[in-house]
Amino acid sequence: MSIRLEHLNYIYSAGTAFERQALHDIDLELPDGQFIGMIGHTGSGKSTLIQHLNGLLKPTSGRVLYNGEDIFAEGFDLKQLRSKVGLVFQYPEHQLFETDVFTDVCFGPRNLGLPKEEIENRALAALQQVGLKEKYYTMSPFELSGGQKRRAAIAGILAMEPEVLVLDEPTAGLDPKGRDDILDQVARLHSERKITVVLVSHSMEDIARYVERIIVMNHGSVLFDAAPRKVFRHYRELEQVGLAAPQVTYLVNELRAKGWEIPTDATTVGEAAQAILGALGSASSTQA
Amino acid sequence: MGIIKASKLAFDYLKMDDEGKVESRSRAIDDVDLDVNEGDFIAILGHNGSGKSTLAKHINAILLPTEGVLYVDGRDTRDESKLWEIRQTAGMVFQNPDNQIIGTIVDEDVGFGPENMGVPQQEIWQRVEDSLKKVGMWEYRDHSPNKLSGGQKQRVAIAGVVAMRPKCIVLDEPTAMLDPNGRKEVIRTVQELNRQEHVTVILITHYMEEVIEADRVIVMDQGKVVMQGTPREVFSHVEELKGYRLDVPQATLVAHELQKAGLPLPDGILSNEELVRELEKLHRQTQLP
Repeated sequence: MSIRLEHLNYIYSAGTAFERQALHDIDLELPDGQFIGMIGHTGSGKSTLIQHLNGLLKPTSGRVLYNGEDIFAEGFDLKQLRSKVGLVFQYPEHQLFETDVFTDVCFGPRNLGLPKEEIENRALAALQQVGLKEKYYTMSPFELSGGQKRRAAIAGILAMEPEVLVLDEPTAGLDPKGRDDILDQVARLHSERKITVVLVSHSMEDIARYVERIIVMNHGSVLFDAAPRKVFRHYRELEQVGLAAPQVTYLVNELRAKGWEIPTDATTVGEAAQAILGALGSASSTQA
Repeated sequence: MGIIKASKLAFDYLKMDDEGKVESRSRAIDDVDLDVNEGDFIAILGHNGSGKSTLAKHINAILLPTEGVLYVDGRDTRDESKLWEIRQTAGMVFQNPDNQIIGTIVDEDVGFGPENMGVPQQEIWQRVEDSLKKVGMWEYRDHSPNKLSGGQKQRVAIAGVVAMRPKCIVLDEPTAMLDPNGRKEVIRTVQELNRQEHVTVILITHYMEEVIEADRVIVMDQGKVVMQGTPREVFSHVEELKGYRLDVPQATLVAHELQKAGLPLPDGILSNEELVRELEKLHRQTQLP
């Protein structure tokens, strides 16, 4: 089970004066159960790419395979695919529209044609998964705070029980605690339900904390595709394409430049603290 | 009196029923006193729903106080006859650049504000040139705004405010939608306006790294100002800030972790440079004979 992108090219407004190639020969495999981060500057092709994963965009050339099947082959059930690959767009709360939260979350599964009881069970489960308290279920979505609305919108996707969850900047505009809450819940879903998660983010610190693999997009191509430690080692190249490494990566590199014997691949606060303690400890023990 | 002065400011959002009667009210700002001096760089932190944006909207009279009073450059915001002067004194930049750019060409967009103020044609173009140069977007003057990156759009939005020559600019999460480079561009632009043009800046943000150069940090919770001080003073209280759903810069967090592990580091470290300097001291001690 996986999603495969083969030699994917996508051109906006092909054949017009506004023609622009957004994706160049993308070859990627997203195996089951991975937690993947995707980074890239504005306009690097991230959003175009993720819209191919559930067939919202059709490649100009190349193929998208879901579990080995070409999703644009004749007879392939795209509706079914869209219930399996759930896409949470930027500012998903702008898409809330029902009179109360619970009905809004039911919208997806109802469109799948499920029996009423199943729809309601799924909606309840989804709302619990995003940690939204029961008192909000009957409220209008517009009475909720920013973070709560965001969770209600994500619950709407989860109620479809997707196997792959793609989130496009799910934490933009949220306060630090709201950011951690949502990402912690996504991480829990990933570990408990073994779903594949693709997290698009502009926060290198968030990416470093949660994902096991980072895909770096630049001008419509894949620049790096590796584990966070390996990707952030290239922080100078990342800066050239409008990105950065987590701040702690700069910290350990500065210490290294001052002559410390310290590994430079720390990407989280905990790793950096450990590395510093280790370096100070070994410095004092060599003296002893 | 400072350029922005609030005294016992309170604001209630009202919920109306079908007949237009007040059904319930919720207090978004509660007894806030504020005094901002001209030329200050003030950062406001607080979780979603803490009242930051509601406060910001009072500064250019988009919202008017339910109780208390707010003065902008000595003018009471409740005085409708002063509305234009107030909005000219305090300009506002919002989170989403796409919602605040209206022109089809960059320089037209920047000229919109002064044109509305009745500035003479010749001076409008002079102001447009000045403000686009100040934000580093002059070379894009004849571009279409929708072909720009997020950071560039946001700088055009700032230029549009600067062209109205405000004494004070209020920015409500201007970097929330931007990539790392865009964030840097916008923050650098705002810092330059503050340092070189002495524009008073009030910056609302969720990125702790953006406030370490502010003169003063104000923390809001449930409509009240709960902490106030220099960035160093405020960020010394790591646990208290977490209680308000906030965070501290990563360098401060690493220092906090190291302190907990027993390293004798001072409180209030804000940046990588400061942490490296302090760690260098410790490192030298361990290497002494």
